[in-house]
Amino acid sequence: MSGLLALFIGSIFVNNILLARFLGCCPFLGVSSKLETAKGMGFAVIFVMLMASTMTWLIFEYILVPLNLQYLYTLSFILVIAALVQFVEIVLKKIQPGLYKSLGIFLPLITTNCAVLGVAVINMNEKYGLIESIVHTLGASIGFLIAIVLMAGIRERIEVSQSMPRCLRGLPIALVTAGLMSIAFMGFSGII
Amino acid sequence: MTGMIYPAIIMGGLGLIFGALLAYASKAFYVEVDPRQIQVRTVLPGANCGGCGYAGCDGYAEAVVAGEAPITSCAAGGSVLVERLSEILGVEASGDEPKVAFLKCQGSPEKTVKDSVYYGFADCRQAAVVPGKGPNACRFGCLGLGTCARVCVFGAMSIRDGLAVVDIEKCVGCGTCVAQCPREVLSLVPRKTKVQVACSSPLRGPDVKKACSVGCIGCTMCVRSCPVQAIEMKGALAEIHVEKCINCGVCVSKCPTKCIIDRRSKWEREQAEKTLCEINAEKEAAAQKETETKPAE
Repeated sequence: MSGLLALFIGSIFVNNILLARFLGCCPFLGVSSKLETAKGMGFAVIFVMLMASTMTWLIFEYILVPLNLQYLYTLSFILVIAALVQFVEIVLKKIQPGLYKSLGIFLPLITTNCAVLGVAVINMNEKYGLIESIVHTLGASIGFLIAIVLMAGIRERIEVSQSMPRCLRGLPIALVTAGLMSIAFMGFSGII
Repeated sequence: MTGMIYPAIIMGGLGLIFGALLAYASKAFYVEVDPRQIQVRTVLPGANCGGCGYAGCDGYAEAVVAGEAPITSCAAGGSVLVERLSEILGVEASGDEPKVAFLKCQGSPEKTVKDSVYYGFADCRQAAVVPGKGPNACRFGCLGLGTCARVCVFGAMSIRDGLAVVDIEKCVGCGTCVAQCPREVLSLVPRKTKVQVACSSPLRGPDVKKACSVGCIGCTMCVRSCPVQAIEMKGALAEIHVEKCINCGVCVSKCPTKCIIDRRSKWEREQAEKTLCEINAEKEAAAQKETETKPAE
């Protein structure tokens, strides 16, 4: 149990998917200019990541390993994730229109998000069991949410600053901010 | 050889299963969408300016098909769009005339008096709420900090000499800038009106003069000179009624503070000259008739 807790906390802070593993950097910079959209993106990532990593774990354990085809994991994982996200989008639109409206526009964006594939691959490489995989994925996606919301909060404040030199406005300062946040998150490396 | 066939079969099978699943899902979980909504969405400009008051073009398409929004709400699409929408929906177009944004102020920095120095963010919405209400002594004029230029998605607004300038060619009359302007100094006017009072100060003449050299001082010179009685005083501010105005430009030449703006082209000026002559001739004829008939009584 304490092992799972350590895994959970560790995947949020120590091995933060964005700021320590540097996966999923494009939504981190692309969708972080407004707090609202960053929140939507974060929750959509939690949702998709959990489902995708569960599915990919099952595919890997019960199809690829028995057939000795582990080397096909990239291909099959991408296939599973893309199909799953499409499927979820269609189902959500019918069953939960409210949730679809809040997550809808982000779902297709996440289809090819490397963080989703990355977590599935890490689960495989670390030889996690199903429970461990789910806990690790939950931690990683919550870490993603925290990082992107923090980033959006900072960027919203930077946006209104008048003293920012022209050459740094927009993406340059966002990249600098991302770097500084990454250094700050390195401070967590000792806690586990 | 077998080493290649197995993986191919497995991956192909997986793909086939997922494909079938998606095909099934798209049928089983199909959401009915009015086919007209898709048609409407494709003819809309897609700028998502929000000028219609709905959340983007998708929201407007939904509302239009539901009959909640008039087909003339999309200013960006103009009259061409209205025609196409009425074709799709079978609704008669009411033929709303195209509008354009207009700045009711000419108080550039050298023409207005400054009574304070503004150090805040370069944004009108910010300047309008701080004590002192921005640098100008006139509390009703353009702040020139460019909020309108930033919110315009069509790039039709710019700031020149400390005043908002509307590019008539680019302006589609969506009203986004009008909604964002904290001074309410921007308004939508019909495209065909070329003569407008460019001042929004409701103050009396002496107070206007203290703050600005090009403001409306309420002298009623234009009201008296207008050949078609299209100008009325609204308090101490002259207002041109667009439905009566014939764009003759008499008021433009009479205004002592040069506060009435003339946007007519040379051709339009000549046309206006002719109509003015006709009106004067009619008036003279009427006056002559009166003088002729009077002695006979």
